[in-house]
Amino acid sequence: MNAIEVRDLKKRFGHIEALRGMNFQVREGELYGLIGPDGAGKTTLMRIICTLVMPDAGEVRVKGLDVRQQRTKIRSLLGYMPQRFSLYPDLTVEQNLHFFAELFQVPEAERRARLEMLYHFSRLGPFKNRPAANLSGGMKQKLALSCALIHTPQVLVLDEPTFGVDPVSRQEFWEILHSVQKEGTTILVSTAYMDEADECDRVGLCFQGRIVAEDTPANLKRRFSYPLYRVRGSNLFRLQEFFRSIPTVHSIQMFGDVLHVSFTRQPRAADWQAWQTQTGGGLQEWKTEAPSIEDVFLEVLEEEK
Amino acid sequence: MNSPNLAVWTRELTRRFGPFTAVDRVNLAVKKGEIFGFLGPNGAGKTTLIRMLCGLLLPSEGEARVNGLDVYRQSEAIKQQIGYMSQRFSLYEDLTVEENIEFYGGIYGLSREKITAKRETLLQQLDLQRYRRLLTRNLPLGFKQRLALGCAMLHEPPILFLDEPTSGVDPRARRSFWEYIQELARQGKTVFVTTHFMDEAEYCNRVAIMNLGRVIALDSPLKLKESYRKSTMQGVFVEILHRTTPDLFASQEDRS
Repeated sequence: MNAIEVRDLKKRFGHIEALRGMNFQVREGELYGLIGPDGAGKTTLMRIICTLVMPDAGEVRVKGLDVRQQRTKIRSLLGYMPQRFSLYPDLTVEQNLHFFAELFQVPEAERRARLEMLYHFSRLGPFKNRPAANLSGGMKQKLALSCALIHTPQVLVLDEPTFGVDPVSRQEFWEILHSVQKEGTTILVSTAYMDEADECDRVGLCFQGRIVAEDTPANLKRRFSYPLYRVRGSNLFRLQEFFRSIPTVHSIQMFGDVLHVSFTRQPRAADWQAWQTQTGGGLQEWKTEAPSIEDVFLEVLEEEK
Repeated sequence: MNSPNLAVWTRELTRRFGPFTAVDRVNLAVKKGEIFGFLGPNGAGKTTLIRMLCGLLLPSEGEARVNGLDVYRQSEAIKQQIGYMSQRFSLYEDLTVEENIEFYGGIYGLSREKITAKRETLLQQLDLQRYRRLLTRNLPLGFKQRLALGCAMLHEPPILFLDEPTSGVDPRARRSFWEYIQELARQGKTVFVTTHFMDEAEYCNRVAIMNLGRVIALDSPLKLKESYRKSTMQGVFVEILHRTTPDLFASQEDRS
């Protein structure tokens, strides 16, 4: 049995079709990542799974339970962290954590170790007596996340949990998520960070209310079939312009201080040398590059246009 | 020190909340037309610093000038010179897209005609025409971000403060956002931007890295990578954080 089973799911808000026949499954104990552009339907899907929104059509089951008929049962085995999570602003960091520990009936014995681990990831330990209202935006997010992770539900649904969280804390957060998974929890998580998709067992790319690509991160990357190069130069914007004029170029994307350039056919050494001359030495370095999830994401969106 | 080429200048700028020092003796000089990035872990003081520079929060100590204007005495004049986009885009969720534009135009004191003209240009530029009568609450995040930026720029300010404009925004929308930022810089606008995406740090002319209220490092991305001997800005960031964060778990007493 799959932990989450979604078949032909449709949902419409007024004239906006949020979900247009979505099919997807999350396996028992799996860590499943949802990526996709804004407005693709990720949040709506999660809210339906969490029994907060009713589907218009289709079937959704969580641990075999129907989201239409068995809401109370589903809610008792599910943990959900929405994009905007409500903390108690007048309670301190520690009081918030204890409140949620009570709410989710975390046994005293487990509570201490759990808190320790959460303080470590969040680096909120020194702020534990501060009211939540006086935390920075990112710190609030980390506290919300800690509150959601204080118990171990059978199914955990996290909607962009790392929104506004700094790079070091994000890394630590994912370590926690893996340990929660090891405890047997099935996790469904959405993210705008493509490096986080790599941490998942499987990834679904959501677009216009459907899953348009789905696989393990490694297999997804294999879908990118064009020869891909990582290119450096003195001026990336000029270099980008230059490659736009080369007919065998399939795509060009800026990745920080390098360009990812893919080709419709494999360029030869002589091509690169010619380009180096043509750019007056502006093209400085090229190397074959293994496609990342971000490359695949941008490519799939281009294909779906 | 008050050279006309500086968009932002601070000296020993400090802000305390009770016994807690959120911003601790920060010195900055941001040139006009520069894209200036601000990185730091959550709670480092980035937002507090921005709010002081926008004239929204008085410093406890130190000096700061924005476009030559003093943050203590000329905060109202500063507001005409800057556009501010806050972390959770401060749009009115229960107004439609066009109502938000009109509302902000009113706040900035634009004339009726000017607001109407601006509204139409913006809706077109931001590709928001089909959403114009949609309640802002129902707008996808990437579009909200564009609308928030558009509203922050209605009065055509020369300096922009963008606080985590791309948090939660997908890779494609982030790229088009940054293309737009580059275009604004080419037009001579100064852009002061915070981000948690380390690839975006590369698109800045210079980057400051902040931790525990202090600016720890400030240079071009290339120079930062050289001096910390890292191949990526992610590497630089992690290194700086490890060097400058005393073991937070050694002392469990509250700093606040």
